[in-house]
Amino acid sequence: MSRIAAVMDTLKQQGRKALIPYITGGDPAKDATVPMMHALVEAGADILEIGVPFSDPMADGPTIQLACERALAHGTSLRDVLAMVTEFRQQDSRTPVVLMGYLNPVEAMGYETFVASAKEAGVDGVLMVDLPPEEAEDIGGIFREAELDVIYLIAPTTTDARIASIAASGSGYVYYVSLKGVTGSAALDVDDVARNLTRIRQQVSLPVGVGFGIRDGATAAAVGAVADGVIVGSAIVNLIADHAGAPDKARQQVSTLVREMRQALDG
Amino acid sequence: MATNNAIDLTLPDERGHFGIFGGRFVSETLTAALDELQQTYSKLRQDPDFWAEFDRDLAHYVGRPSPLYHAERLSAHCGGAQIYLKREDLNHTGAHKINNTIGQALLAKYMGKKKVIAETGAGQHGVASATVAARFGLECRVFMGAVDVERQKLNVYRMNLLGAEVEAVESGTRTLKDAMNEAMRHWVTHVDDTFYIIGTAAGPHPYPMLVRDFQTIIGRETQRQSLELIGRQPDALVACVGGGSNAIGMFHPYIGHDETAMYGVEAGGLGLDGDDHAAPLSKGRPGVLHGNRTYLMEDDNGQIMGTHSVSAGLDYPGVGPEHSWLKDIGRAHYVAATDDEALQAFHQLTRMEGIMPALESAHAIAFGMKLAKTMRSDQSIVVNLSGRGDKDIHTVASLDGVHEDQSGVVS
Repeated sequence: MSRIAAVMDTLKQQGRKALIPYITGGDPAKDATVPMMHALVEAGADILEIGVPFSDPMADGPTIQLACERALAHGTSLRDVLAMVTEFRQQDSRTPVVLMGYLNPVEAMGYETFVASAKEAGVDGVLMVDLPPEEAEDIGGIFREAELDVIYLIAPTTTDARIASIAASGSGYVYYVSLKGVTGSAALDVDDVARNLTRIRQQVSLPVGVGFGIRDGATAAAVGAVADGVIVGSAIVNLIADHAGAPDKARQQVSTLVREMRQALDG
Repeated sequence: MATNNAIDLTLPDERGHFGIFGGRFVSETLTAALDELQQTYSKLRQDPDFWAEFDRDLAHYVGRPSPLYHAERLSAHCGGAQIYLKREDLNHTGAHKINNTIGQALLAKYMGKKKVIAETGAGQHGVASATVAARFGLECRVFMGAVDVERQKLNVYRMNLLGAEVEAVESGTRTLKDAMNEAMRHWVTHVDDTFYIIGTAAGPHPYPMLVRDFQTIIGRETQRQSLELIGRQPDALVACVGGGSNAIGMFHPYIGHDETAMYGVEAGGLGLDGDDHAAPLSKGRPGVLHGNRTYLMEDDNGQIMGTHSVSAGLDYPGVGPEHSWLKDIGRAHYVAATDDEALQAFHQLTRMEGIMPALESAHAIAFGMKLAKTMRSDQSIVVNLSGRGDKDIHTVASLDGVHEDQSGVVS
């Protein structure tokens, strides 16, 4: 069983929900990421999503676009992000780590090299925003063989037929995008999410994490009531941006937010 | 014409692939919209009424067919092959872009979408989109890099006059690629009622196919006009390649006829030895950007590089996937012309033929002249004159050291 599946199983037995924060690797500095990862775990995160910065983050709103720009300003590469995971694993062998980003940096590295390096670094899953299952047919095997979970998105616009094929291709969890829009969008309609999750669960037995629009304890609890996990990105990345010059302060602020969400989810 | 049976002329395949290129690499939210577009287009593609409506607008609104013109003085100057110009510059709005926007506006109409969006670099596709939006009564929003908004104020005003809203994009390099990112982001958010008019034969399937289909009017007319004017098909075709829609429109009807050579001319910028160019086919490698796999200008880490060209319309780090395929199978050749060569060609064509080409098209002219010199005088080349140069007069003036006073008069 993969580290992700194990964590999800345990949470399910405990009747708890997964808290999955996202940060962009190398934002605002390369040496800020690993301490932030540990702080996230300490504040109650179950799984970490680490963004691989890309020059053209087509599916992201301004918050994560700027995070990519900050990380790229000092040249954070996919190799650097893998090195961050390696370093994180020296102290934490338990918390699953998912790399999230766009396909091109992986394509540039080469799939075999990437999979081998990710495995060696201790990466558990990969979510490439612009890689739908249809285009992953050839390379999916490489990931499966290495037992790296491939996490796919499901959107409000995804048809039932496609949900079935996504369910068959993915592993670890599926990421339900709560709204039509980019990351960091404001309006989250929990009733709409609940309706869609019912539709999704008819075909998907994997745990379903929900992201986009979760920004505090209240929204986390509302979504957690219907989902298996909540994914929080822009709200955290905004705090990192606000305290880009003061890493200790950033960790403290982020920890406070993640703790608030943890308590709201468990309460 | 002899037909080459070895090349698959039916591409792209069902999922939009041209060999390893093309495809559909988008976030999940857009998949349903692209499926809907694909289904609508597959149906209309077989519908003679749709094409009759398209042809009617091309004839009476765009002014087609565009002439094929024998540039006799330019040919004599080069002293080799006869150079013919396919006069896309004479189309309504001054470039080939309108062929595509008419087609996509018709699709929007059939799909019942009342709002259209577009990305633009120099503003030509933005103007062509704003134009058809006015023509079809659609609400139009154009995304344009903040740098380009500053460089092309007149085109911004043209779009405003046509009723379009222009949104300056402040992210990334604040140029065409970022405008395309922002258009995609807007589309994802307003996918229910909005049609995205992509300006070139790139992007996720089915865009490269449908943009190509709309632009093949250029090549089909060239085939007919060549028979009338030259008595046979040309020995070579030359077209500039940014995203490559004018080039694929001219090339595609000729792919199976291998006695006609095809040359795509990329923006060589300050030269291919450095990084200041926009020539992914000449110097890049395959990667994934803006929904398709194609040749890209990227660094070793897979980050997309900034590009440079004197011509804003060629200033793009990717290229349509069908060109990547034509390059790899060796059917088309891809070369580059530098900023200086394009500028020189701009002046030569203006002085020798009284035709002022767009700086994009001047790249094709520059290479066409070079190629002509290596050929016999009984051979012929058709160069696609994809647009007119009025929009570039300010750029040319400032590069030539001529400055504009406040009244707009150059001195």
